[in-house]
Amino acid sequence: MDFTFTEDQQMFAEAARSVLTAEVTADRIRDRWSTPSGLDLPLLHQMQELGLPRMLVPESLGGLGLGQADFIMMAQTCGYVACPEPIAEQVMVTAPLLVDVLDRGLGHGAVQTALDALQGGALVATGHPINPFINFAEQAEWFLLGHGEGLYLLPASEVTMKPCKSVDPSRRIAEVSFEASDAHCLAKGESGAALWRSTLNRGALGTAAQLVGLAQAMIDQSVKYTTDREQFGKAVGANQAVKHLLADVAVQIEYAKPVIYRAAYTAAISPGRADFAVSHAKVAAARAALLATRHCIQVHGAMGYTWECDLQIWVKRAWALAREWGDEGFHKNRIHEWLLRPNALLGPDLTFGRGSITDTVAA
Amino acid sequence: MDLRYTDEQVAFRGEVRAWLEANVPQKALPSFDTAEGFEAHREWERTLAQGNWGMVTWPEAFGGRGCDLLEWLIFEEEYYRAGAPLRVNQNGIFLLGPTLMEYGTEAQKARFIPAMAKGDEIWAQGWSEPNAGSDMAAIRCRAVKDGDDFVISGQKIWSTRAVYADWVFGLFRTDPDSERHHGLSKILVPLDAQGITVRPIPQLNGLPGFAEIFFDEVRVPAFNLLGGEGEGWRIAMATAGFERGLMLRSPARFQQAAKRLVELYRSRSNEVLDPTIEDAVLRCYMDAEAYALSTYQTASLLCAGGSIGPEASCNKIFWSELDLLIHETAMKLLGARAEIEPQTVQEFADLGTWLDGFMFAQSGPIYAGTNEIQRNIIAERMLGMPRK
Repeated sequence: MDFTFTEDQQMFAEAARSVLTAEVTADRIRDRWSTPSGLDLPLLHQMQELGLPRMLVPESLGGLGLGQADFIMMAQTCGYVACPEPIAEQVMVTAPLLVDVLDRGLGHGAVQTALDALQGGALVATGHPINPFINFAEQAEWFLLGHGEGLYLLPASEVTMKPCKSVDPSRRIAEVSFEASDAHCLAKGESGAALWRSTLNRGALGTAAQLVGLAQAMIDQSVKYTTDREQFGKAVGANQAVKHLLADVAVQIEYAKPVIYRAAYTAAISPGRADFAVSHAKVAAARAALLATRHCIQVHGAMGYTWECDLQIWVKRAWALAREWGDEGFHKNRIHEWLLRPNALLGPDLTFGRGSITDTVAA
Repeated sequence: MDLRYTDEQVAFRGEVRAWLEANVPQKALPSFDTAEGFEAHREWERTLAQGNWGMVTWPEAFGGRGCDLLEWLIFEEEYYRAGAPLRVNQNGIFLLGPTLMEYGTEAQKARFIPAMAKGDEIWAQGWSEPNAGSDMAAIRCRAVKDGDDFVISGQKIWSTRAVYADWVFGLFRTDPDSERHHGLSKILVPLDAQGITVRPIPQLNGLPGFAEIFFDEVRVPAFNLLGGEGEGWRIAMATAGFERGLMLRSPARFQQAAKRLVELYRSRSNEVLDPTIEDAVLRCYMDAEAYALSTYQTASLLCAGGSIGPEASCNKIFWSELDLLIHETAMKLLGARAEIEPQTVQEFADLGTWLDGFMFAQSGPIYAGTNEIQRNIIAERMLGMPRK
């Protein structure tokens, strides 16, 4: 039992953090809002050079062979800097789905082509049926799409897009439709459903990590603002009523993080407990982030309600991500199902299931 | 990161479980805030000590097992799972014990730890005074050096367990010219010493769970000074760190309560319920588990040689508000019958001890530093917000 990150994991996370905090600034995020693609292509190139898209791809397929727990702190950082590019999703969702397909010997040559494109820095979009739209669909070269339980892979030329406007100006969402033909089908029936299930957990987990990163960034901005801003001859942040609003958010973040890390670990080794662990992570992270949006707007006073205040970048991302990859209703219902089933393993001795891989899988 | 127990940890759990199954009293003990219940709980402490389970993290020489914090968590999980009695000596074993281990002389450890582990000496705490509550640095109770003794005069209040306990530890002003957190010292005082008057204070449930202690020129040997003279504040902060940070309320307590809440909910799910209950039940179970995960994380960090940071101040808020939510939700599930204080076997079977827990939960956001004080600490020390 060791619930700490390794030195390697911390170093890798630190390296990504220093690049992302330097490269993804509020000004440059605002610059993206008026460009056609909304993407910072040099940043994507830099991430590709750092090896990010390849992180969770096995070495046999040209990747780095790392796991979700190795990337989870980087997903948090993507949230912390409000990175518009769908890096976390490429690394944590799309690449592992393509790898899953190859592992099971499903599909056709296009799967390898799409994985190669992704590892080369191209965007490959995953359109999970739980999400009504796809972020940066218009910039994607390949699409993994669902129809019923089926999983399909199509090049961009074969799909139809209907863009929508997101509340978050950094997001470029579009509804994507396609004709489900056998030629593009990778998996159907139970096999397709299983692929979509694990994909959902990866998406929810990556979103949860981004949400606590967003929440932490909102706190940091609010601490700075309430320290600098003076009223009645003192910093507004010296008032207890203001302090307590931010302390409440800090508490929620503090207790969401270990839940996310547990989910990152569990989802990889113990599919039997993955649904519960991931849904818990998503619910806790969304709660922390949404509380952060409310309290941080409040402590910014009227500035918090302006377009000019950079806080909106983080607030609106949190509003969007809180409901992506399963909203509160979806995840709470999964938790309800887990807790109320007749043979549920509950109690203080069962935090980690029965504590060994075989037992937890059986659970 | 490896969230599996080692073979040794699994074996340790099995040993704890087997011992508890053989030794936990079949019938719940009376409250330790009654004379009879206090002695029954002292007996239980002696039973624990006979199996060397009094405080597993202490060295074997002091009646412990030399366990690390992860094993302590496993012990606690099994303890609450087994429904074992509450620890009447928690002031001693969880608060004073760790401080003695860190700041006590070898002679002090040998004098106090084994007696604590055996249940022979049950401890009360003596922090607050009538004018020093949340503002603990306002302490005025004086301890004047006189030869090889300290002579103590003044008053303490809200001293948990002081009515029946044998000893009290607390902070006293040893430098009469000092102010605030300077000039305070931590001193251990036998409650049967001449000049001590203990006046019980009935708590919300009518039982004297705490007391006022009046000191009228109470003489104790300088041997009872823990740490250096004037070091009291620093040592007390260390104690408060343990108290808030890890040991006072182990996660298992809330996980077991949350499990019982799920069972209660399941048993009432055919009734017409307040629609917010389902959400609260889920939240209670999740939050109890989140508290456990966070504690495992901290324990792992400490085992790896790290130290607790200011984020530990989040703990107290989280578990005390969780405890309230668990019991408020249970009250909702019991509906109008929640009012009944169970007297008969049938009533106990039907209503359990939820009402008792609900009343106690009211105190959680107050003791060990109110949650308002905790929020100030989080804002100032963890987030770096301005003090003034």
